[in-house]
Amino acid sequence: MGKVIVVTSGKGGVGKTTSTAALGAALARSGNNVAVVDFDVGLRNLDIVMGAERRVVFDLINVVQGTAKLTQAVIRDKRIETLYLLPASQTRDKDALTEDGIARVIAELRMRFDWVICDSPAGIERGATLAMRFADEAVIVTNPEVSSVRDSDRIIGLLDSKTLKAELGERMPKHLLIARFDPLRASRGEMLNIEDVLEILSVPLLGIIPESEEVLRASNLGAPITVCGRDSAPSRAYYDAARRLAGEDVEMTIPSERRGLFTKLFGRRAA
Amino acid sequence: MRMFSFLRPVSSAPVARERLQILLEYERNLVSQTDLIAVLREEILAVVGRHVMIDPDKIQISVDRGAKFSILAVDIQIPNKSRKTAAGMR
Repeated sequence: MGKVIVVTSGKGGVGKTTSTAALGAALARSGNNVAVVDFDVGLRNLDIVMGAERRVVFDLINVVQGTAKLTQAVIRDKRIETLYLLPASQTRDKDALTEDGIARVIAELRMRFDWVICDSPAGIERGATLAMRFADEAVIVTNPEVSSVRDSDRIIGLLDSKTLKAELGERMPKHLLIARFDPLRASRGEMLNIEDVLEILSVPLLGIIPESEEVLRASNLGAPITVCGRDSAPSRAYYDAARRLAGEDVEMTIPSERRGLFTKLFGRRAA
Repeated sequence: MRMFSFLRPVSSAPVARERLQILLEYERNLVSQTDLIAVLREEILAVVGRHVMIDPDKIQISVDRGAKFSILAVDIQIPNKSRKTAAGMR
């Protein structure tokens, strides 16, 4: 039986979709069967970040309503053969998602895959609560910025009250992924530091993803950062986070860009 | 100083631009008209279904939308002894 993870945040634009694609690809690279599922009905974006936007035939709502089989709707990644995408519908709205329907689809995904990573829409409405509803664990993506941390706190409250696990009186395991972190600005006191965020949210840390130009480059090219900029700092941070998610004990570091001698000497001028 | 610019990776923005143009052209049409690919898919399956028994589990459909044309591929697994013996067929 696979594990169902919801990637959530409350606030938009903090890196949920980037993180879903990156963690999914990192887990699939180590041989796991992974499905990444877009729950953002009406505003799907996981397909374009994964570079599969031209190949979408069916979507989550087709599977929920039974017009397509799960095996027909999932799109296999062109680069990693154990990685699959279940896109959201672009033309329907979130009311087409029923709780029973989602429960059935998640149960089937759980049987077929080792990992099911659900990319939650922003906000705290129906789409977001359905994305987290049947999860085994949650990854909360936050930026070291006041509004993002506040929204994360709100989402933590929902994870502890609105999920099936919470209603059964169980504890929902949560992991904090701090994205767009700039160590230099944090050290200068211009950005909340890691300790501040952890103290405020009291959720164990899954990883620290440094701010990097490579993330935009990967999304331009339509590939998860852990595939396209594999040696970049954020990619290495995501690989470490994926290993921690799988239960490995990995020392917490903030990777920095590896710069060759040439770039060190000429990088500034050539840029 | 642009001397070393040829050593930098090829810029990714043109790729992003092209991908968006293809995708948005398709999605803007979707709002006003029915999805041609979806119509073709349904009709092809209906025609094939008139002659052979189709197991919905044995169908794989894929599309690849391009700038000038799209490719629709319908893979239907037809068992050897599945011909429908409808009246009038010899």
